[in-house]
Amino acid sequence: MTVIEARGLRKAFGTTIALDGVDLRVEEGRILGLIGPNGAGKTTALNAILGLTPYQGELKVLGRNPWTTRDQLMRDVCFIADVAVLPRWARVSHLLDYVAGVHPRFDRAKAEGFLAKTTIRHASKVRELSKGMVAQLHLALVMAIDAKLLVLDEPTLGLDILYRKQFYDSLLNDYFDRSRTIVVTTHQVEEVQHVLTDLMFINRGRIVLNCSMEEFESRYSEVMVHPEQLAAARALKPIHERQVLGRSILLFDHADRKQLAALGEVRTPSIADLFVAVMSNPAGHAQGAAR
Amino acid sequence: MNTESNVLRESALDSKRAATASVSQTRPFYWSVRRELWENRWIFVGQLAVAGVFLVGFLFNMTRWLAEMRSLSATNPAQYWETVSLPYNIGAGVMMGALILMSLFYSADALYSERRDRSILFWKSLPVSDLTAVLAKASIPLVILPLLTVAVTVAIHLIMLLLSSIVLPASGISLASIWKELSIFQMWGMLLYHILLAHVLWPFPVYCWLILVSGWARRAPLLWAALPVVAIGGLEKLIFRTSYFAAMVGTRLIGGNAPTDVTHGEMFPTGPMTHLTPIRYFSAPSLWIGLAVAAVFLTAAVRLRRYQGPT
Repeated sequence: MTVIEARGLRKAFGTTIALDGVDLRVEEGRILGLIGPNGAGKTTALNAILGLTPYQGELKVLGRNPWTTRDQLMRDVCFIADVAVLPRWARVSHLLDYVAGVHPRFDRAKAEGFLAKTTIRHASKVRELSKGMVAQLHLALVMAIDAKLLVLDEPTLGLDILYRKQFYDSLLNDYFDRSRTIVVTTHQVEEVQHVLTDLMFINRGRIVLNCSMEEFESRYSEVMVHPEQLAAARALKPIHERQVLGRSILLFDHADRKQLAALGEVRTPSIADLFVAVMSNPAGHAQGAAR
Repeated sequence: MNTESNVLRESALDSKRAATASVSQTRPFYWSVRRELWENRWIFVGQLAVAGVFLVGFLFNMTRWLAEMRSLSATNPAQYWETVSLPYNIGAGVMMGALILMSLFYSADALYSERRDRSILFWKSLPVSDLTAVLAKASIPLVILPLLTVAVTVAIHLIMLLLSSIVLPASGISLASIWKELSIFQMWGMLLYHILLAHVLWPFPVYCWLILVSGWARRAPLLWAALPVVAIGGLEKLIFRTSYFAAMVGTRLIGGNAPTDVTHGEMFPTGPMTHLTPIRYFSAPSLWIGLAVAAVFLTAAVRLRRYQGPT
C-alpha cells in the first residue's frame, strides 16, 4: 500500500520557493530519512503531508487530501514536530487524559507502560521536565497510538547522546513493525543510518537523491586511495574527493568494487559523507533524482 | 486453538474499531473544554480572589450597614429594600465586573497562547478539528465563565447571609425579615437572566472579535483588537463629530443599553420593580445582528486556525 504519494508538490512563500515540484512515493513499512540542509524544504514538505499548510500539486496521504481532512487523517497519522511542542502548563496526567479522550486509537495502558520505564511522574508539569524527558513523554504518547504513519521532524534536536540513542532504540524495538511507516528528518544523520530503509536528499525544494538503503550500499563506494594510484582513481570520475590526514578519499557512484579495490581500501560511505558530496556537487548528480 | 483465539481477538478488535469509528464529535469537544480549564486555572483563582476581597470589604462595613438598617427599619419600604439588598447587589456587580474583565483577557489569549508556546503543533497532531478547538474556546466566555460567576455570586450571598445571621441577633434585626426583603431565590433567578442576556449574548461579538484577533496577531492581541476600534471611533469623531461607534462597542462591553430590562433608571437589575421582558429582548434586531457578527468572526477564526502555525 502506498502511504504517501505526491506529484508536482509546490509551495512558495512570497518569492521564496520552498518546494519546487516534488515527486514522492512512500510505501507501507518503510522508514524514510528526509535529509537536507537548513531551508531545503524538509519541514515544508512534512507540513504539507500533515495538513498544516496548503500547497499546489497532488498529494495523497493514506488516500486522503491532508489539507482538507487533517482531523480525520490524524487518526492514522502521528507526528512529533520538534522537541518542545508539548504545552508547558500541562501535567503528564492531563496529557494522558486528553489524548485518551480525543484519540480513538490511543492505548493508555501502553503509554503508562512506556512512562513507567522512565523517571517521569504523572503529577509533573511539562515545564518541570528536562528536555530529554519531554521527548520521552511525547514519544510515549505517540507510540501508544496505533497509527499507520509516524512523522518525526527533528525529534532529537538538542537532546544529549543518551536520550538520542534511546529514542531511536525504543522506536525500533517497541514501535516499528512492518505495517507501520515512519518519515524522519534530522541533521544527526549518523544516528539514523542504521535505522532507515530509504534515503532521500532534498535541496532548494527539489529531491536530489532518492534510493533505498540497499541501493545506497551497493551503489556508492568510498576509497581511501594510495597516493600513487590517485591519478588512476580520478580517471574513474569520482563524484567527490576529500582529504583526511593527508590521504585522499574518493567517493564513487556506480563503480565496480573490484576495480576500486586495486586502488585502495574500499568501504560504504556514511550518509553524511554522501550528503556533503551531493550537496557540494548537485548539478553533477542530477541523475540521482531520476528513479 | 491458537487460531481460534486469534480470530476472537480479531473480531473483538474489529468491533472496537467500529465503535471508535463512530466516536461522537462531543468527546473531542468535551476534552477540548477540559483542556482550556486546565490551561486557564486563573479563571477560577481570579473569581475566588475577587469574591474573597469583596467579602473582606463586606465584613468591615457590616456594622455600618446594620446601623443604617436599624435606623430605617420599615418606615420606608422601598428605601428599606434598597438598604438591605445593597451589599448583595454590590457583590453581584463586582462579580459581573470580574466576569467582563476575565472574558476579555481570556478571549484575547484564546488562540494566541497555543501559537506562542508552539503547542499548536501538538494539538494539531491529534484528531480534533479546528472547528471543535475554536468552539471549545468560545464556550469559555459563552458558558463556563458566566456559570462560574453565577455560582460564585450565589456562594458569596450565602456567606453574607451566614455572617449576618451571626451578627444580627445582637443588633435586634431578625434574619427572617432580611430573608423576606431579599426574596433571594428571585434575586438569583434575575441574576442568571441578567448575566445571560447582558453579559453573555449581548457582548458575545466583542469576545468573538478578540478570539479572531488572537488567532492572527503575532504579539499583543489585545492591542491589535483595540486598534481598529480606536481608529474607526477616531475617524468618526473627526469626520462626523459623533461617537456612535465607540458608544456601541462600549455598551456591548459593559452590558449597558442591552434591551433586557424595562425599568431604566433602576440602579440594579435585580430589584423587585424590574420587569422581565424576554420577548422584547429576543425580538430586538440589535441582538441578532450582534450574534450574526459573532458567528462571522468565529467562522473566520476557524479558517484562520487552519492556516496558522506557531508565531
